Amino acid sequence: MAVVLKLEHISKIYGDLKALDDINLEVQEGEWLSIMGPSGSGKSTMMNIIGCMDTPSMGKVLLEGQDLSALTGAELTSIRRDKIGLIFQQFHLVNYLTALENVMLAQYYHSLPDEQEALEALKQVGLEKRASHLPSQLSGGEQQRVCIARALINYPRVILADEPTGNLDENNEKLVIELFKRMHEEGRTVIVVTHDPEVAEHSQRTVIIDHGRLSKTVHNT
Amino acid sequence: MNKQLFFLRMLLSSLLRRRSRLLVALLAVGLGATLLSGLVTLYKDVPRQLGREFRSYGANLVITSDSTHPLTVALAEQAAALVPQDKLIGHSSCRYENIRINELPFMASGCELEQLRKTAPYWQVDGQWPQAGEVLLGQQVAASLGAFAGDVLELALTARGAQEPRTFKVAGLLKTGSAEEKFVYLPLSELLSLTSDERVDITEFSIQAGEQELGTLAQTMRESTGQHVRLVRRVTHSEVTVLSKLKALVYIVTVVVLVLTMVCVATTMVAVVAERRREIGLRKALGASDRGIFAEFMGESVLLGLGGGVLGAVLGYLFADAVSEQVFGRPVQVNVWLSLVTVLLSIVVTALSCVVPVKSASRVDPAQVLRGE
Ligand SMILES: Nc1ncnc2c1ncn2[C@@H]1O[C@H](COP(=O)(O)OP(=O)(O)O)[C@@H](O)[C@H]1O
Ligand SMILES: [Mg+2]
Repeated sequence: MAVVLKLEHISKIYGDLKALDDINLEVQEGEWLSIMGPSGSGKSTMMNIIGCMDTPSMGKVLLEGQDLSALTGAELTSIRRDKIGLIFQQFHLVNYLTALENVMLAQYYHSLPDEQEALEALKQVGLEKRASHLPSQLSGGEQQRVCIARALINYPRVILADEPTGNLDENNEKLVIELFKRMHEEGRTVIVVTHDPEVAEHSQRTVIIDHGRLSKTVHNT
Repeated sequence: MNKQLFFLRMLLSSLLRRRSRLLVALLAVGLGATLLSGLVTLYKDVPRQLGREFRSYGANLVITSDSTHPLTVALAEQAAALVPQDKLIGHSSCRYENIRINELPFMASGCELEQLRKTAPYWQVDGQWPQAGEVLLGQQVAASLGAFAGDVLELALTARGAQEPRTFKVAGLLKTGSAEEKFVYLPLSELLSLTSDERVDITEFSIQAGEQELGTLAQTMRESTGQHVRLVRRVTHSEVTVLSKLKALVYIVTVVVLVLTMVCVATTMVAVVAERRREIGLRKALGASDRGIFAEFMGESVLLGLGGGVLGAVLGYLFADAVSEQVFGRPVQVNVWLSLVTVLLSIVVTALSCVVPVKSASRVDPAQVLRGE
């Protein structure tokens, strides 16, 4: 199996604080990886670096063999657009666009908006009847499912989710886990930051991060 | 669906679904555009209106009489016939004579009162304007006589001591706050019947024409009637002064309004951008370039400028029209060019005032605003 993502000696330093301290990690194509760790341990910092929204202070990030640390802001933007699907804890939808338009927004920046395809993506997450609703008319779980549909719409190489179930109740959490399972079964590469052991145990591998260092790796069976 | 279409759909959604925000911004732009187009409409229209008012406020051409060139009613009419009808607001001939009323000396002015009324709208008459057999007393005359409207007076020419006095009824009292109050006014025909001749001392013309045209007219009159014809430059001159001061005032107000509008729109935009930092971050996370974000927000500001401009052009016209109706009693003319310029200017001004806040918006760091807490 091919390595999609490789972190080599990654550090991120804020003043005196080492948010990330010499991280080394490889992620295989099609792998489902969980990242766990206490609050403030550097999980989001790591996700931002992988997601091309931030650059490391030291070390190398290789995405499909391409070194990201050498790229300019605009080049990182285009990689993010083409290869990464992002899912956040706080849903983050554009509040004056409908569910459908929010999905189409990702298509718009990526290539061409395609209403039919966007509708199909909403159907995949069980929201085809909610297509014309504004975020304010949707429940938290529904909003997160719209975000998932949006993250998947451009067939990204890697899906990054930072505490996707952190703001959801149990029912919605189950729905979201189901969607992640399906992504994984479809062969997508998924990296999920989570506090929730239940989410983590569905993944193939869990890495634990503490004070910016990888402290432990667990292989689930 | 193509990209431009979705771009437009996004902008419209943003404006229409964030209505309260839109309203504030639209109000800022619209108000500025209203004031501007209203002021400029008045600015263009006021000289036209004021010109009429000034002209109807007094004579700008006079023919005077002297011993070698005696002026008569007939000569005055001959001169009046030389003025194009549509430019002649009015003309009035007057004859001055010393008179006695109840043995006290006064100066009488025999005038064509109907014409005088037109050229002197600021005269305040308590009572009626005089008809045949009646006089109008200046306030000061009335005071020294102790006379009121309705009284009957004995009036005789001083020059003809022997003449039998005639009785006149006081039709009204005149207040102007200046020298006119020292005169006794009666219809020209009445005074001429007392003097038994056709001579007048002065004929005043009120003509709607520029200084140059007036000069030509005066020359024509001089040649045709052989009389002393003068332009009353004082009026024409002060008219120009007042107008240029008015124009300067409108200029200043226009610039102030423009600056205020820009400040207002810019602050609104800064607030809008601050409020939408998260959205901007999200768009960038989804792959929007700095240029793309800039284009989206500028697109919104152009639409906003368009809306505000159209609103301002309409309201500005209504505003100018209301002012003009109030002040001059006449409507303003619709100016299509001005409306177009208002809309364009409003778009440009809105876009310009958005450049700085939008530039800063495009620099939002997505990692910062999307950071999960
Ligand atoms: N922009 C920043 N400037 C300074 N410190 C930061 C910044 N971003 C994150 N940090 C710090 O880095 C550490 C790791 O943060 P983060 O990656 O968000 O942790 P986690 O997601 O694991 O809770 C924290 O101590 C946080 O305060
Ligand atoms: Mg975090």
